[in-house]
Amino acid sequence: MKFGVVTFPGSNCDYDAYAAVKFILGEEVEFLWHKSSDLKNSDVVILPGGFAHGDYLRAGAIARFSPIMQEVVKFARSGGLVAGICNGFQVLTEVGLLPGALIRNAHLRFSCKFVYLRVEHNTTPFTCECRPGDVLKIPIAHGEGSYYHFDGDIEKLEDAGQVVFRYVDRDGRVTPEANPNGSRNDIAGIRNAEGNVLGMMPHPERAVEGILGSTDGLRVLESLRSACASAKFVRAG
Amino acid sequence: MTQTKKAVVYVRLKDGVLDPQGVTIQKALAQMGYRDFLSVRSGRFFELEIAGGADGIDRQIEEVCSKLLANPVIEKFEIERVA
Repeated sequence: MKFGVVTFPGSNCDYDAYAAVKFILGEEVEFLWHKSSDLKNSDVVILPGGFAHGDYLRAGAIARFSPIMQEVVKFARSGGLVAGICNGFQVLTEVGLLPGALIRNAHLRFSCKFVYLRVEHNTTPFTCECRPGDVLKIPIAHGEGSYYHFDGDIEKLEDAGQVVFRYVDRDGRVTPEANPNGSRNDIAGIRNAEGNVLGMMPHPERAVEGILGSTDGLRVLESLRSACASAKFVRAG
Repeated sequence: MTQTKKAVVYVRLKDGVLDPQGVTIQKALAQMGYRDFLSVRSGRFFELEIAGGADGIDRQIEEVCSKLLANPVIEKFEIERVA
C-alpha cells in the first residue's frame, strides 16, 4: 500500500508524517506537492500539520484552493481514505469535506503538550486497530484547534457516531481540565458521514517511538494499513 | 480612463459563535477600569480596489466573500460599496 503526504508552503509536519510511515510503519510513501494534480496512486492521503500559506486569513483558507486539493476532494468523494492532522484538519473543514470549523483556542494561547484521547468508535478505517474506550497519549500543537459547530449539528455528529476521538484525562474520563482548547463536546477528531475522511487536531505521527514519549499514534497508522488490506474499507472503482 | 471603485467587506463571527479574542479584550477593558463595556465582538475588514468597468462586480464580490474572505460555516459578511 502507499501513503501520499501533501506538502503546502508552510507545512512543517510533512517530514514527520513521511518518516513515521516509511521508517516506523514500514510502508511506501511519497510527498505530494501542493501545485501538483497527481496523487501518485496513493491509497491514503495525509494532509499534515503546519501553517499552510502562513495561516493567513484563516487556517486552511488558502490551502484549500491548491491544485492538489481539487484532486484530494475528488479522491475523497470517490471513497478514498484521507486523514487531516492539525492544519490538515483545518484545511478539510475549510474545503467542506468535514463539518464545522476550528476556531482560536479558548485561552488564546498556542498549546503544545501531550494530551489523552479516547477512541469513541473503532468502526472507522482510522481506528480499526483500537478498541472503543482505548486511551491514546498523543501530543497537540496548535493555536486554532477549538472545534466548533452549532447546537443541533453537534448532536447530529454525536448521534451518527462521527466523533472519533475525544479529549479525556489519563483514565479516560471527560473533565474540563482535560479539554486543552475549549472544543465543543471535547471533540479532538471527527469523521465525515461516509467514514472515509478523518480530521484530528492531535499529532499521531509525533507519537510513534518510545523516545518521543509515546507510541500510541502508531495505532492510527496501523489502522489505516489494516483498513487498506480489508475489503470492508476498500473504495469502489 | 475609467476610475477604479472601492468596496469594503466586513467579516464577523455569526451570533452565538464564541469569540475568545472578544472575551479577552472585554476582560482587559474591565481590568483597565472601563466597566461599561459589557461585551466585545471582534471581526476583520477588507478594502477591495476594483478595476473600472468591471462586469458584474456585485456578484463577484458576493462570490469572493463566500468562497474566501469569510468561512460561511461560522462567519457572516457585509459589503459596503464606496463609490
